[in-house]
Amino acid sequence: MLVEILFYIFATLLVAGALGVITARNPVYSVLFLVFSFVNSAAIWLLVEAEFLAIVLVLVYVGAVMVLFLFVVMMLDINLAEIRQGFTRFAWLGWITALALIAEITAVIWRNGLGGLDVGRGFVSEPANYSNTLELGRVLYTHYAYPFELAAVLLVVAIVAAIALTLRRRPGLKVQDISHQVAVRAEDRLRVVKVAAEKRS
Amino acid sequence: MPDTMMNLHSIAAAVPEIYLTAAICIVLLFEAFVGAKRPGATGTLTLLVLVVGAALTVAYADVAQRVVLFDGTYVADPLAYVLKLAGFLAVAVTLLYSRAYLQNRDILKGEYYVLSLSALLGIFVLISADSLLTVYLGVELLALSVYAMVAFDRESGVAAEAAMKYFVLGAIASGMLLYGMSIVYGLTGTLNLDGIAVALSAPHNLGVILGLTFIVVAVAFKLGAVPFHMWLPDVYDGAPTSVTLFIGTAPKLGYFALALRLLAHGLAGVTVDWTAMLAPLAVLSLVVGNVVAIAQTNIKRMLAYSTISHVGFILLGFVAGTVNGYGAALYYTLVYVLMALGFFGVVILASRKGFEADKLEHYKGLYRRDPLLALAMAMLMFSAAGVPPFIGFWAKLRIIQALWETQHLWLVVTAVVMSVVGAFYYLRVVKLMYFDEAPESLPDTVRSFGVRFALGVNAAAVLVLGILPAPLLDLCARVIR
Repeated sequence: MLVEILFYIFATLLVAGALGVITARNPVYSVLFLVFSFVNSAAIWLLVEAEFLAIVLVLVYVGAVMVLFLFVVMMLDINLAEIRQGFTRFAWLGWITALALIAEITAVIWRNGLGGLDVGRGFVSEPANYSNTLELGRVLYTHYAYPFELAAVLLVVAIVAAIALTLRRRPGLKVQDISHQVAVRAEDRLRVVKVAAEKRS
Repeated sequence: MPDTMMNLHSIAAAVPEIYLTAAICIVLLFEAFVGAKRPGATGTLTLLVLVVGAALTVAYADVAQRVVLFDGTYVADPLAYVLKLAGFLAVAVTLLYSRAYLQNRDILKGEYYVLSLSALLGIFVLISADSLLTVYLGVELLALSVYAMVAFDRESGVAAEAAMKYFVLGAIASGMLLYGMSIVYGLTGTLNLDGIAVALSAPHNLGVILGLTFIVVAVAFKLGAVPFHMWLPDVYDGAPTSVTLFIGTAPKLGYFALALRLLAHGLAGVTVDWTAMLAPLAVLSLVVGNVVAIAQTNIKRMLAYSTISHVGFILLGFVAGTVNGYGAALYYTLVYVLMALGFFGVVILASRKGFEADKLEHYKGLYRRDPLLALAMAMLMFSAAGVPPFIGFWAKLRIIQALWETQHLWLVVTAVVMSVVGAFYYLRVVKLMYFDEAPESLPDTVRSFGVRFALGVNAAAVLVLGILPAPLLDLCARVIR
């Protein structure tokens, strides 16, 4: 019972946070709302005893990805007024689509339930020696070995693409060439100029 | 659940993917250590990699029947074998055509080849996907490589804009795909496509249709069917022509496999529903593609709209919902890839350093400047218009036959009428090349023998396979059962 109550609390906060992401006027607030949503979903994962996933979500998404996001949002000088132009013009279209979608989903669930999917089962507690990490590792490297390897290739491609698109060697770029700096000799930098002494008039 | 014990023999059918992954790493290392000293060497190595890959595929992946590997995430069958060989061929020809172009625009870099290979790997993953998870990974692997290729020319603002549009819209499509997949997974309880097919053979509920809708939208987006086609003309136009050549050819094989595996195989239980959804998309693609193409003055945009109309035809094959229909769609896809290699190849060969032959008027009087190139282009245009004896005629005929068998009379009428409309702008190119005078002195076309020979073979194939259509038609009918 307690778990169910906790679930509804976290779920409500999660939905509220998600709404905050898309309604906040300031992009920094949006990012912070997203962090809030992630923390709440991590809590929900804890409730189903998926500790590893919960920790990874907090560490990777909240700790790394969102901080990076925050940096980017704060560093980019985004002109909000310009982006908002024309936004309200098409807002009605968005509203209609969203409402139609909500109506459809509600109608489907109303008429058919979830079609044999057992949602009333509640939370199952695993035995005390259950290890989420171990279970994940077991399926990840056996049943899902192929998708797992593909995900690795995907990351390599992302790195190659990012480097290919951003690493430029254009002339006049102000970068430090350390070996060049170390190998420098005095006569390259220092020019002794003989200046004839002026006669005092 | 299949046996989890694996040995080298049991995964032999997956050799194309394993080999390609290893080859990507080797090409990347080669570029890092040798590529900077010898520009162009990486390109040669990549062509070699593709030839060896095709040979290995023939040696190992030619399976007699369906083989499911890696616990139901991978499938090898005769269809996958044919599509993979076509993929190797298409990418090899693409890279062969684009070499001089890349050099002229100063984007001949090793990463370009690495990204082409990883896109090919994504196509292969799609072709051999037997699980929602692998389907998604294949889509992303292909899309990510292609986004980067579109933006590859960093001096070009248009290319950057095209890449950005492609990326944002592609991300939305991926979201749609995931949303649909999650609903289908939730309702069937399995990621495996065979498992989903079994679960859906029982009476199903409306929820599956809801999930299906999202999946159809994503598939239509990836193929570029109207009304999810907005990205296509901008990307084809904005990307460097070599990349347009790439995305116009090999990925179509992957997206055909995506539609076939997801809709025709996994979601076979709701065929009635998705054929009803695809029919209007196909008709709209035919109408919008053919009519808007007439108004274009840029040949890359015109060919983009022509792609949309061809996608309409491919979708019509799926709308038939029969084995014949899927066979016709496969045939059309292969024929389209062959033709697209040709006509984008001509656009590349007509371009020189600092000159992009992307306006229709650049083709005026091409016959006088370069009779061979004009002849190749004319053959390809006749084929795309569906004039017999060229191969495009048979492709259209097969689709119409499949629709006729399934009593889709209105679709047959639309397809025929729209082919006639389309013939106008294809034949206009022929008229420009043969009967118009060149307005100003244009630079010479590419004269290097190897590339021109390949293009000649490409154009000849369109004619020869059109006169002798039986082998390829039989092959397509045989691999789809």
